[in-house]
Amino acid sequence: MTASLFQIINLSLTYPGRAAPAISGLDLTVRRGETLCLLGPSGCGKSTLLRLVAGLERPTAGAISWAGAKPGVGFVFQEPNLMPWADVAANVALPLRLAGMSRAEAAPLVAAALARVGLKGQERALPRQLSGGMKMRASLARALVDEPELLLLDEPFAALDEITRWELNDALQDLRSGVTILFVTHSVFEAAYLADRVALLRANPGALHELVTLDKAPARGAALRASPAYAQTCAGLSEKLRKAMEAK
Amino acid sequence: MIARLTPLWALAALLALWELAVALLKIPASQLPPPSLIVATLYAQAPQLLDAAATTLGEALLALALAGAGGVALALLFSLSPLLERAFLPVAVALQVTPLIAVAPLLLIYLEPRAAVLACAALVAFFPVLSNAAAGLRGADRGLVELFRLKGASRAAILFRLRLPSALPSIFTGLRIGAGLALIGAVAAELAAGAAGQGEGLAFRIVEAGYRLKVPTMYAAVLLLCLCGVALYGVLAGLDRILLRRWRDEPDV
Repeated sequence: MTASLFQIINLSLTYPGRAAPAISGLDLTVRRGETLCLLGPSGCGKSTLLRLVAGLERPTAGAISWAGAKPGVGFVFQEPNLMPWADVAANVALPLRLAGMSRAEAAPLVAAALARVGLKGQERALPRQLSGGMKMRASLARALVDEPELLLLDEPFAALDEITRWELNDALQDLRSGVTILFVTHSVFEAAYLADRVALLRANPGALHELVTLDKAPARGAALRASPAYAQTCAGLSEKLRKAMEAK
Repeated sequence: MIARLTPLWALAALLALWELAVALLKIPASQLPPPSLIVATLYAQAPQLLDAAATTLGEALLALALAGAGGVALALLFSLSPLLERAFLPVAVALQVTPLIAVAPLLLIYLEPRAAVLACAALVAFFPVLSNAAAGLRGADRGLVELFRLKGASRAAILFRLRLPSALPSIFTGLRIGAGLALIGAVAAELAAGAAGQGEGLAFRIVEAGYRLKVPTMYAAVLLLCLCGVALYGVLAGLDRILLRRWRDEPDV
């Protein structure tokens, strides 16, 4: 049994001016070093949950209880959200620069982060010169550059084409050692590929429907995607997701 | 290349028609001078007219600089304090919708003609800079704003490292609109000053030539004003293209 990183206790959030809560009475324990996918239909509050964990929203009730001090958090949004006037290096260096580091001090860390996401040597490129997948890689590098313990990803690859998405999922697989990942997706295939555990959420109001532990995948990449075990996991998750969507 | 020259052909055709009509219908130059006479007049009176044009253009540019600095500074303040924005934006709007021609004679009571022209031009150029800058500062990428907050950035850091650079294209748009308005403002104030027999500048020359029924001179001055406006717009559009290339989602040429 791995130690927990944080515990979500009876968490609820109702946005101002809304009658129905976005999230209602959610309990969940996130373990250190795991990749946990939040999977569910739109409106189930999975993005809201991520924002609550990040501290971008305040809960109406309940709490998030950290085991120890709140760790450094990296966040990747649905869009790459790069500054168009700044080159890739300056974009990736942003968290370090905001923490008061000089450009020279940041440079080696930026180069290392770019190498980790497969953007080696792209420091001087401008965002508009990059493809959609490369922009997302830069965004991922920015989230990793200050070595956060917790990485929050909010449907980061939803807008990308299938092949690019696979490549980025592979890149993410290679990054996961030593970091806890919370990954919001509406893709069963992505969840089955990436997750150690999948939290299935249901909508109206957003709540935890079922927590599924996946068998540790022995392979990765095309070998894993073509394996019968992966197909079985996807089928099982799809069935559970269907049930979560029907549940009231 | 041929497509880009099309407006020039159209202009040449119009001018030729004008020249021909004046000659064929025997319209006296004191009523409608032909283009050739206007150009000749411009050439003959070049020293005075260019001097006046330099005055007007200088006033407009100085007014634009004042309006630009003031508009951006106020937009930054608004961005830091929504209360301030709620309190003062209506005042700025009221100022904007007041027809300037009505304010110019008032300004002339309190200020020297030169200062009144400057104030008038700056006032009209101010609002588009302010509103475009304010919209640009508000319009910064929401995800980036949240990322800055997540990383503990101060309000000042968000404003100067994110919102201000994000707003630069909008600020330039405001300056481009403001440039045209500054010229109009300067001309309106010069006309008012000219009616009182004071002042310098191109519009003043127009009033003066009007009193003396020198219609070709009036046309020559109008032509120069038109060229001033085009030059002002062209310079700003060029600066925009060179300085803000990174902001635009276009491939390098």
